[in-house]
Amino acid sequence: MSRGTELTYLLCAVGFILALKGLSGPRTARVGNLVGAGAAVLAVAVPFLTLDLDHVPLMLAAIAIGSAGGVVGAQRVQMTQMPQMVALFNGVGGGAAALVALLELQHMDAATPWFDVTATVFTVVVGSVSFSGSVVTFAKLQELMTSRPVIFPGLPVLFGLGLLTTVVLAVACVRDPAVLDGVLLALLGLVLGVLLVLPVGGADVPIVISLLNAFTGLTVAAGGYVLANVTLLVAGTLVGASGTYLTLLMASAMGRSVANILFGALRGGSTLGAGEASDRPVRSAGPEDVAILLAYAQRVIIVPGYGLAVAQAQHTLRELVDLLSERGVTIDYAIHPVAGRMPGHMNVLLAEAQVPYEQLIEMEEINGEFKHTDVVLVVGANDVVNPAARTTPSAPIYGMPILDADQARQVVFMKRSMRPGFAGIENELLFDPRTTLLFGDAKETLGKLLGAVKAL
Amino acid sequence: MTDDPIVWLTIFVLSVFVGIEVISKVSSTLHTPLMSGANAIHGVILLGAVIVTGTTDSTIAVAVGLVAIVLASVNMVGGFVVTDRMLQMFTRKRAPK
Repeated sequence: MSRGTELTYLLCAVGFILALKGLSGPRTARVGNLVGAGAAVLAVAVPFLTLDLDHVPLMLAAIAIGSAGGVVGAQRVQMTQMPQMVALFNGVGGGAAALVALLELQHMDAATPWFDVTATVFTVVVGSVSFSGSVVTFAKLQELMTSRPVIFPGLPVLFGLGLLTTVVLAVACVRDPAVLDGVLLALLGLVLGVLLVLPVGGADVPIVISLLNAFTGLTVAAGGYVLANVTLLVAGTLVGASGTYLTLLMASAMGRSVANILFGALRGGSTLGAGEASDRPVRSAGPEDVAILLAYAQRVIIVPGYGLAVAQAQHTLRELVDLLSERGVTIDYAIHPVAGRMPGHMNVLLAEAQVPYEQLIEMEEINGEFKHTDVVLVVGANDVVNPAARTTPSAPIYGMPILDADQARQVVFMKRSMRPGFAGIENELLFDPRTTLLFGDAKETLGKLLGAVKAL
Repeated sequence: MTDDPIVWLTIFVLSVFVGIEVISKVSSTLHTPLMSGANAIHGVILLGAVIVTGTTDSTIAVAVGLVAIVLASVNMVGGFVVTDRMLQMFTRKRAPK
């Protein structure tokens, strides 16, 4: 490898560091992403320019096909479906890393240093786990399968046996590398990935995506070591480390530990409630009543949730908020860190509806405001305002910081039905005497509400 | 470069600290784009896929390598494009209103 090539690879590695740094600040994020893309393109160009490669036309065609697929997917995806898109991209990355490692394995034999073979075997297994795990998370979020935890009696035993077999086979493969062992390990990895993600409930799936993302990063790092390529090593390690850290941040935003998220459903039977409608009495009202409540309030806080985005009602909500502000109501959006399906997801969704950044207030800042608030309008959210997080130690969301909507003078819930939220537990706030329910599809009901406020 | 694993281990360990350090101050607003951007970065495994595929001869290995290249390209290109789409929305909201 020439000095020029090595320096170019170093440049790419620095590019990735700057990209991550940029991505973590609101003003620099877009530039950071572009720097990352530039570094990645440069890195991929290097072998074409410096090595005497075979099959160049075929490889270019493969890159064109993959890129076209990636671009089409990235352009078409709805912002609400972003988590599963990230899962899918992550999965194919993990799959690619596993395949690369399998190809490396064919050049290895008993004389290859054990450290190299170990790194290769690691990539094969973990890349496969990441691939199949991501496919299952995709299926859960896309609702191709149930988003509730899937548990069957032998699952922990099966997982344990699978893990044991994998370790034994991996050790055998390190001692005497063989491609067949590699293929078997890949298949075992696929099975383990499925078993790992099946018991995870829908609300926790994004955390798992983040974890699998970190896994894929580590496989790329291991691949970089095997190929003696500093760009791959640094890029993979950066993603592995920052991804792990991000996973911990997200889990703590939900007041959970990662172990509890992965294995909670296995340990304590089902941690989730029955998920059925309750028949306790609630107070409901029509759009006209709620319109009056909102239009003559001084201080209103909107709590948006995933239900808002599913109904594609962000734009109608923004119109309503604009109209109320014009009438002199002080109005803000309270953004829970895990509103939506991923941390920060709600910010993306509201930004798409062109809600001004200044109106999006984060939880810590706005929680003191609820005491002085006349009406809280909860649109398609549930768990993030559920007081059970403070009061019921047995609830799966216990310990999660919540928006203190229950301290406001009036709470209006816009809901499709009495079904519990994503975490599957009942919300006491719904039965509070200060609470009014406005049933119906979020978009349709907001439209009616908008008309009713206009008519006042 | 060198064949001594210690050098590579050193780079690895230092990169772990850098990886944690650079994102330690991220606000929860940016968690989703950051995850997506990091996801795109590991798509650079495409580089590894190209090197391995371009230096192999057996038909099966080339076929497997080409599959890896397609998958890695989806990850890398799609990942950066989708991250940009998300971030575009964050910047656009400053202009109007």
